[in-house]
Amino acid sequence: MFPPRPQPSPPPRVVITGAGIITGLGAGWKKNAEGFRSGRTAFRPVTLFETSHQRVKLAAEVDLPKEMPRTSLSVRQLARLDRASALLLLASVEAWQQSGWEPSDSIPMVLGTTSGGMPLGEEYVRQAVKHPHRHRRQPTRAFQYQAHSQSQIVLDALGLGGPVTIISNACASGACAIGEAWNLVRGGAVDRVFTGGYDVLSQFVFAGFDSLQALSPTTCRPFDKNRDGLAMGEGAAMLALETLESARKRNAEILGEIIGYATTIDRHHLTQPHPEGNAAFTAMTEACATAKVSPADIDYVNAHGTGTPLNDSAEAVAINRWAGTRAATLPVSSTKANIGHLLGGAGAVETVACLMAMQGQWLPPELALETPDPLCQFPLVSKPQEASLTTVLSNSFGFGGVNATLILRRWAA
Amino acid sequence: MSIFVTGYGAVSPAGWSAADLQKVLAAGIPLPVQPLDRPGWEKPLRMRAVPVPPDKPAFLAHPRLRRSSAITHYAAAATLEAIKNIPPDTSRRIGLIVCLQSGCVQYTYRFFEEVLTNPATASPLLFPETVFAAPASHLAALLENSPRVTTLMGDPATFAQGLAVGADWLRQNYVDIAVVVGAEEINWLRASALWHLEHAAIISGGAGAVALSGDGSSSCGVELGLITQPRSYGAHWSRGRAAAAVRAELGGRDDDLLCDGLGNSPRVDGPETAAWRDWTGPRVSPKRIFGEGLMATAAWQCVIACAAVAKREHSSAIASLVGCNQQATGVRFQACGAPNDSRNICA
Repeated sequence: MFPPRPQPSPPPRVVITGAGIITGLGAGWKKNAEGFRSGRTAFRPVTLFETSHQRVKLAAEVDLPKEMPRTSLSVRQLARLDRASALLLLASVEAWQQSGWEPSDSIPMVLGTTSGGMPLGEEYVRQAVKHPHRHRRQPTRAFQYQAHSQSQIVLDALGLGGPVTIISNACASGACAIGEAWNLVRGGAVDRVFTGGYDVLSQFVFAGFDSLQALSPTTCRPFDKNRDGLAMGEGAAMLALETLESARKRNAEILGEIIGYATTIDRHHLTQPHPEGNAAFTAMTEACATAKVSPADIDYVNAHGTGTPLNDSAEAVAINRWAGTRAATLPVSSTKANIGHLLGGAGAVETVACLMAMQGQWLPPELALETPDPLCQFPLVSKPQEASLTTVLSNSFGFGGVNATLILRRWAA
Repeated sequence: MSIFVTGYGAVSPAGWSAADLQKVLAAGIPLPVQPLDRPGWEKPLRMRAVPVPPDKPAFLAHPRLRRSSAITHYAAAATLEAIKNIPPDTSRRIGLIVCLQSGCVQYTYRFFEEVLTNPATASPLLFPETVFAAPASHLAALLENSPRVTTLMGDPATFAQGLAVGADWLRQNYVDIAVVVGAEEINWLRASALWHLEHAAIISGGAGAVALSGDGSSSCGVELGLITQPRSYGAHWSRGRAAAAVRAELGGRDDDLLCDGLGNSPRVDGPETAAWRDWTGPRVSPKRIFGEGLMATAAWQCVIACAAVAKREHSSAIASLVGCNQQATGVRFQACGAPNDSRNICA
C-alpha cells in the first residue's frame, strides 16, 4: 500500500465490465432495468420487523431467492448467511460473472455500507437483554453483524483474497466506495477493483428515520412541492472496474466508463444540508472538473433526491446553481421514488441505474410526482421516455455531510 | 513522494495525551481493572476506562460537540494533539480519516433500548449520533477547514489502510495535512460481545491520531516507511499465514522497536506470536497495559511507534496489526531520511 506504485501519466481510463444489482424491484439487471424504465415502485408493508408502533409501515423489501447461486461457499457458510450478506452476494455474483474475471488474491474490494449486518446486532441485543444467560448464536452474531463479515462472504464465494476497504460515509457510502475504487485504478495502484455498496432494512434504522420524522407517511415524491419524506429500501449493487487497457486485452464487454468523481463535506449540521447546497454544488463542480466536462455535456442527473423537504430543496438549489442555463433543459429524477433509500447501497444501485439508462437510452421516471417544486429550474422526469444519453451525473449525500458525485459515460464500441 | 509524520495524539486509560500513554507504557505495569456492569449478571465484565480529563476540554464548548458521544471526544482530543504544532493557517486543508470497529456503541444501545421499549417515542436526538460517520462529521465541523473526510470500518488493521488513504490524499494534493484517527468507546454491550469471543478480554476505549504531511519541514522527525499489503482472512489467507506474510514483508532490524498487538489470550494471540517468534529486538505490547481497545489499540501502537522514532529512541519502529477477524497488515515508521529497505517495498 505504501510506497505506492508510480502514478501513470496520463491516468488510465476506467471502465465497467461487470454490474450486479438487487433491489425491491427484483434481482438482476433485467428486472431492475424494466422497473426503472417503467417507473414501477416496490413499496409494500414491512414484514421483516414489527412496525405497528411506527408512523410509517411501508418499505421496499427485497424478496430473496429460495436458493443462492452456486459459489465456493461451504454448506455451513450458506446455512449461516445473514440477509445483508445474501444481498451483497447476489449482486456480487452477477457482477462477477458478467466481468469474466478469474479468482485472485490481489483484486481489492472497496465497499460502502452504513450498518453492515445490523439485524444480527439487533438480535444480539434482544437476547442479551431478555435472556442474558442464553449464549446460543451470540458469538456468531457478535462477529457477523460487522461489515467486514459480509465482505468475507464475498471473498470466499468468489475466491478472492485481496484487501477490503469498507467506507461508511452514511448515505454517500456506496458512491464514495465506487469513487475511491475509481481513484485506485486511475492512480495506478491496481488494474482492477471490485466495488459497490449495500444495506439491509433493519428495525433500528427504520425507527431512527421515523423518529426524525423523515419517513413519508404518504408517498415518497422527490422534488414534489408537497413531498413529505423518504421511503426506506434495501439492496446492493456491485461493479467490476478495470483499466480500459485491461478490458481490451480480455475482449471484455464494456458497460460504461466512470469519468469523474468528487467528494466534499457539508459542515452545516449533522443531519441537515446547508440550505444553499454548497457542498453539493462543489461536489458536482469538482466532479465535472475531473471528468473535463461542463454541465452542458451532462444529459441526465440522477439526484440524491430523498423526498425530504430539506434535502430536495438544498439539492435543487445546488443543481440550479451548478447547471446554470443548462438547468432549463436538463432532465433530473430520483430512483428513490421507485426503490426507496438504500442508504449505503444507494450510490452503487443508482450508478447501475444510470448504466442501464445509458445502455437503453431512456430516463427513469418518478410516476408519483404530482406538483414539481417551483424551486426546481430543471425538468423532472415524471413519465417513461426515451432519451439520448451519453454522459450522466449521479449525486449521493450523507448524514454527517459527506457529499459525493460520480460522472459516467456511455460506452460506444 | 515522502510522507512525513507531523504529530500524534492519544487518549487512553492512561490519560488524555500521548505523553500519558508513553509514560504508563514505559512503566510496564498493566493499569488497574475496573468492573463494568452487565444487566442480568452478578459478575461484572472488566474494563480499563479512560479517566475523566483533568480539565474540561475547550472543544466541548463547540455547538456540534455538546451532545456528542465519548468516542467523538476521544477522537477530537487525539486529533487536536496531533496537529497542535502545525501553525494555524486557515488556508491549510486538513483531511480526516476516521477508523472505527465498534463505533458509537453508547448512543446505539441507548437508542435501541428506546426502540425496544416503544419505537414511537424513540429520541430523534440520539439516532444521528449512532451513525458511524458522526464522529468524522463533528471533527470536520470542529476543524472548519477539512475539505475531505471519510470513515473507514473494519478490524484494527484498518488503521493502516487509513494511513495509506491519508498518504494517497497528500499525493493527489487533495489536502495539505491528513489526520488518521482510530477511536472506540466502552459500553457493556461491546464488552459482552468481546467476552463471547474471549472471556479473558479486558475492554478499553480511547483514541489515537497520526497527522501526515508531504512537507518535511513540518515533520517531527518521522516518516512513513512502509505499509504492507493487507491480507484478508478467508479461503486465501488463514490468520496465521497472513500474519507470517506481513511479518516477512515488514522485515526489521535488531534495533527497531516492535509495537505488537498481543494481549493475554494465547488463542487470539497465537498467529501473531508465531509470526514474530524469531524477533529478538525490543518490543512493547500496549494491549497488555491498556486493554483491548480494538481500533484505538491499533492507533496507540502507531502513536507509540512514531513517538519512539521522534524521540530518537529508535531509528525505526514497526506496528504489527494482526486484526482480530478481517485482515493483517503492518506499518513501519522511520527517522526522516533513513534509506528505505528495497526488499520491503510493496510492488
